[in-house]
Amino acid sequence: MAKTICKRLGLLVVTLLLVTFLAFLAFSILPGDPTHSILGLNATQEQIDTLRAQLGLDLPLWQRYFNWLAGLFTGNLGTSYNYDMPVGQLLAGRVGVTATLAGLAFVLIVVISIPLGILCARYEGGVVDRVLTVLNQITMSIPNFLLGFLLTFLFSLVLRWFVVGSFSAATAQGIGDWLGYLFFPALAIALPKAAMTVKMLRSSILGEMKEDYVRTAYSKGNSKGAVLWRYALRNAMIPVITFLAMTIADIVAGSIVVEQVFAVQGIGQMLVTSIGNRDYPVVQAIVAFIALIVVVCNFAADALYRVMDPRLRQR
Amino acid sequence: MLLNVEHLKITFHDRDSRFDAVEDFSLSMEEGEVVGIVGESGSGKSMTAHALMGLIPRSQADISGKALFQGSDLLAMSRAQLRQVQGKDLSIIFQEPMTSLNPTMKIGRQVEDALRVHTRLAAGERKARALEAMALAGLPEPEELYSCYPHELSGGMRQRVMIAAALVLRPRLLIADEPTTALDVTIQAQILDTLKDINGREGTAILFISHDLGVVRALCSRVVVMRRGLIVEEGPADQVFYHPREEYTRQLIAARPTRKKLRGGGGHG
Amino acid sequence: MRKKNWYLTLGLVLTVLSVGYSALGLFWTPYSSTAMSGPDRYALPSLAHPFGCDHMGRDVFSRTLEGASATLTIALAVVVIGFVAGLVIGALCGYYGGVADAVIMRLCDAVAAFPSVLLGLVILAITGPGKYNVIAALGILFIPSFARLTRGEFLKYRDRDFVKAARLMKVSPLRIIFRHILPNTWPVLLSGLTIGFNNAVLAEASMSYLGIGVGPGDTSLGRMISEAQSYFTTAPWLVLFPALVTILLILGAGMLGEGIRERLGER
Repeated sequence: MAKTICKRLGLLVVTLLLVTFLAFLAFSILPGDPTHSILGLNATQEQIDTLRAQLGLDLPLWQRYFNWLAGLFTGNLGTSYNYDMPVGQLLAGRVGVTATLAGLAFVLIVVISIPLGILCARYEGGVVDRVLTVLNQITMSIPNFLLGFLLTFLFSLVLRWFVVGSFSAATAQGIGDWLGYLFFPALAIALPKAAMTVKMLRSSILGEMKEDYVRTAYSKGNSKGAVLWRYALRNAMIPVITFLAMTIADIVAGSIVVEQVFAVQGIGQMLVTSIGNRDYPVVQAIVAFIALIVVVCNFAADALYRVMDPRLRQR
Repeated sequence: MLLNVEHLKITFHDRDSRFDAVEDFSLSMEEGEVVGIVGESGSGKSMTAHALMGLIPRSQADISGKALFQGSDLLAMSRAQLRQVQGKDLSIIFQEPMTSLNPTMKIGRQVEDALRVHTRLAAGERKARALEAMALAGLPEPEELYSCYPHELSGGMRQRVMIAAALVLRPRLLIADEPTTALDVTIQAQILDTLKDINGREGTAILFISHDLGVVRALCSRVVVMRRGLIVEEGPADQVFYHPREEYTRQLIAARPTRKKLRGGGGHG
Repeated sequence: MRKKNWYLTLGLVLTVLSVGYSALGLFWTPYSSTAMSGPDRYALPSLAHPFGCDHMGRDVFSRTLEGASATLTIALAVVVIGFVAGLVIGALCGYYGGVADAVIMRLCDAVAAFPSVLLGLVILAITGPGKYNVIAALGILFIPSFARLTRGEFLKYRDRDFVKAARLMKVSPLRIIFRHILPNTWPVLLSGLTIGFNNAVLAEASMSYLGIGVGPGDTSLGRMISEAQSYFTTAPWLVLFPALVTILLILGAGMLGEGIRERLGER
């Protein structure tokens, strides 16, 4: 068991190194010298050399990678070309925003999909099940930025519950307003994923309910509800929990898009702006950051799977 | 009389077809009696067992006739009433020991399941009763197995766990639906011995279902032969085995491996 | 009598409608998509302009036709690249197995773990925007998922008797792969194709919406929605119609895939 964990952790570290190296490499082999975009074309050779040394561009590639990697942990990620500000400082406030948004979206997915999935499976073929199946299919087909528009239309224009673009104002108002504003973009990210989870949980439960051990449970005098809750649900949740852990990567991707719709100043919005400005140190840092999240979530999904299924624990 | 089934009829129906799995089945059993039902697959013997156990969803099949168990009709009970009987006075073990146990639940909890449903015993008391039942079912070192998972056990052991779980509340009737079919011959003989032993010690009546007349003869005092949802022949086990009246029964006997082959293949365990 | 497969029927209808509409844009638009007309600025939907006009008086119906055709072209090109390359890689890996298979599949797993929108953005951050860059980036990113799907199917059939028989009869491996095994895998691959198409439409729309998709000269549904965002409060129909076409494209293909899977499950 301990050996397996060590092996897995080793694999995780290797994967992390590989992924961050790729993220670093992708933006380091780009043609063109970043000093030009900072100093302009009229800079003297001396100025360029000084800046190159300052940015660490005179070092060999591998050394630059390790400096940058160390920076990932200390927060020293280089200087933004565009804002002329340390990248770490630029991202510091925004990471919290996106993390909250993603966390909120994740909570919404779980809170919406688990009860609905169980409800659909419990009353398979009933009215609720049929209506939700249709709703699910439609929700899954709406890109989350369009869902963002829909929510904006409904809650901002029609119901006037919030004002799009008032994120910084809401931030100033305090934590309640801040979360209140983030609720809507989180919903836009969460709904399509929640629809997928409902569908998956429903079919997973129905699949388990056909298993032989469920028949055994019935033969002991358990009611349908008890069989579902105490027997089928746990086993049905195994693939769903893995799916949910993998979903976090999609949530982060979703927040890149949805932050744009709701004018939320998170790292997603920063990423899009920086790609537009070719502000590579910022892009590099954000990409590495997201890659870390994806790799760790995959690792967590795998670990959860092993914890939940005793058949896999020994291996 | 423990069980009295009269004119049991099971008709499956879906959107556009109807199918009589069992056309007419009657049987009576005394307390402590061991009766066998024999037939080829599709003869309706397992359906009969599942119908008596209340495991056929009423939305899928029409079940008519009477099945008096300890004086009350199993077929006329509401689901809630039926649940009071299931696992308490009436238990079942299945053909597939590999899949009939919940893969993510510890053995002990599965053996205790009927106790959870039907009694308000404390955890310690439940465990004691479970260990007792496991010993009765011939499981060695029940204490250790108690916290194992099903995948850590062999097929024969799992079937013993199923037996222990079925017996934990000392039912009056145990339905055994081809419990040894999926196991190899040595294990099969051991399980049969255990069932016989339980019958002797606890006085549990057993309704034993099998496609193998030889196995049934070894365990049961009386045999019912079924074919295509109908009873073909019925009588004392030895009489049916050595002097079958019906051509179909003769074919069933001829179709099974001879006793010599059986001995040679597995010996007696 | 079989249960009616609503998914398949409705999916086919929606796909034919939405793809037909998008394909129409390749050949014909009632107005030029760039023709501006002062008096028609913010015109509401009418007989002359069924989807209304935008902030520059351009006909939204014509622009949606053109945007949809661009999105359709990109999505189809992406799916074709991903599908063909994925098919070949997956078939060879699944059929031959071995070290190469293990390495390639690990790589595919790694790529597939990342959302395609994110990787697409990273690639376009390096190459710069443009229709062909989007096609190339997404096309490459879609290879792993198709390769994994195909490989899984090939593993299923690799040791079947009819394949063994063909091998004994000295049929060439390529012939076994493409003539003996491949036809059996079509149904599953087809439903995978619909998912791929969905993801391609979704990814293109999202990237173009973010302004990191098609180039400044090109249109696409995502780009139209992005441009219309500023007028959302005053002229919501500018967003509504391209959004509807996007959703119908995805909904149609999604239901079609569901229908195919349902059909498969019955057998």
